[in-house]
Amino acid sequence: MYEQIASNRRRSVVLVLGAILLLGAVGYAIGLLTQQGPAWLIFGLALAVAMSAGSYFYGDRIVLASTRAREVTPAQEPRLHNIVEGLAIAAGIPKPRVYVVPEQAPNAYATGRDPEHSSIAVTQGLLDAMNRVELEGVVAHEMSHILDRDMLVGTIVATLIGAVVLISEFFMRAMWWGGVGGRRGNDQGGGPAAAILFAVGFVLIILAPIFGQIVRFAMSRQREYLADAQGAMLTRYPPGLAAALKKIAAASSIPMRSANNATAHLWLNQPSRVQGERMGPLERLFSTHPPIEDRIRRLEEM
Amino acid sequence: MTALWIALGVVALVVLSGIYLFNRLVSLRNRVDNGWSQIDVQLRRRYDLIPNLVETVKGYAAHERELFEHVAEARARAIGASTVGDQAQAENQITAGLRRLMAVAENYPELKASQNFLALQEELTGTESRIAYARQFYNDQVMLLNTRIQAVPSNVVAKVFGFTPREFFDIEDPVRGPVRVDLTHP
Repeated sequence: MYEQIASNRRRSVVLVLGAILLLGAVGYAIGLLTQQGPAWLIFGLALAVAMSAGSYFYGDRIVLASTRAREVTPAQEPRLHNIVEGLAIAAGIPKPRVYVVPEQAPNAYATGRDPEHSSIAVTQGLLDAMNRVELEGVVAHEMSHILDRDMLVGTIVATLIGAVVLISEFFMRAMWWGGVGGRRGNDQGGGPAAAILFAVGFVLIILAPIFGQIVRFAMSRQREYLADAQGAMLTRYPPGLAAALKKIAAASSIPMRSANNATAHLWLNQPSRVQGERMGPLERLFSTHPPIEDRIRRLEEM
Repeated sequence: MTALWIALGVVALVVLSGIYLFNRLVSLRNRVDNGWSQIDVQLRRRYDLIPNLVETVKGYAAHERELFEHVAEARARAIGASTVGDQAQAENQITAGLRRLMAVAENYPELKASQNFLALQEELTGTESRIAYARQFYNDQVMLLNTRIQAVPSNVVAKVFGFTPREFFDIEDPVRGPVRVDLTHP
């Protein structure tokens, strides 16, 4: 477990450095593209630093807000609060804050930078569908993410990728609309050098979201199995989470309105956006979660 | 000259590893103490809950006086317990008493349906599972501490500084233990 924590700290640092490099490169490319020199590079770097600091200190709030989670009191959700408190005791950490996401699809996630600043959010659908033992299994899984600092990496990734995707999409669109003007500029004597730079910049901007996908893909799968196993160690009852995952798998066609690419990896199970959406081969390649049937099988073998 | 350096090196190594082992023992002992205080907090919550629960059931089943007295007595004994073993025994009696209380409540549909009783039932289930988790955490830490105290080489440090093995907190699992309703003795 301590190795896991250390590895997650390393990953967080690498991620932040990677984001700074990536945004620096994108900024540099845009600078060349628009022929406005290093101003864009500096802007990109400053933005990356601000984003990293923001994602470390405010990432949890951003994630909670983006999923429209609201905090609930023990009086409102006594069962959930009792379970979270019990498992925090079992894990030997302070009790995380408890949030409910107004979604019908059963799902959950944990966020925050360390166990002292952590939150667990579950959907209304999860509360409605699960019995006590199943809910305990799910909360224990999320508690393991908190113990292992998985949620630190996850939250940083969510906010950084969210921002990178947003920015590159913004520029893609800006270029699309500005493209007409740009081409006119080229005709006036930009020459082949400008065309090459344009191509490089274009490739970089296209690559940025794919990078994001790959980083996220590399992060998530193994740690889900690990959190399943660790959660089972906390409740000492693997069938609880297995039963919960079965119910979640059965309800996987229920769409989640607040689901998006930046936060998909945080959830207990991959959220689906559209009613009855089937995963295409490319989506499967970039999927952040191991197949739920496989997770159930491993739990049942424990 | 070289021999002296080697000797100094060995002494430094022994002292440093001694400090390391000592610190590990101290942090484990603190975790055990912390675990015990957690159990204590949760047990106290259950003591606070019992009078409420008894009062609520009393309103519907006043003639079960013997059972109410039994539970109250077990509660008093648990509050007064001084050793881990005594405490565990008294807690088991409380658990048994509460199970009987809940079994009695089963016979009164109006009681079972009352909001007050449902809230108390959730509170009791929550408290019982918190007790179970606190016990789990405490026993895990006790096992780690006892292993350190008995295993080479930290047993030497433990002996020098007087670390003693702790007692496990053995109570019946209130959450997932089979529900046995014992009506034969008071």
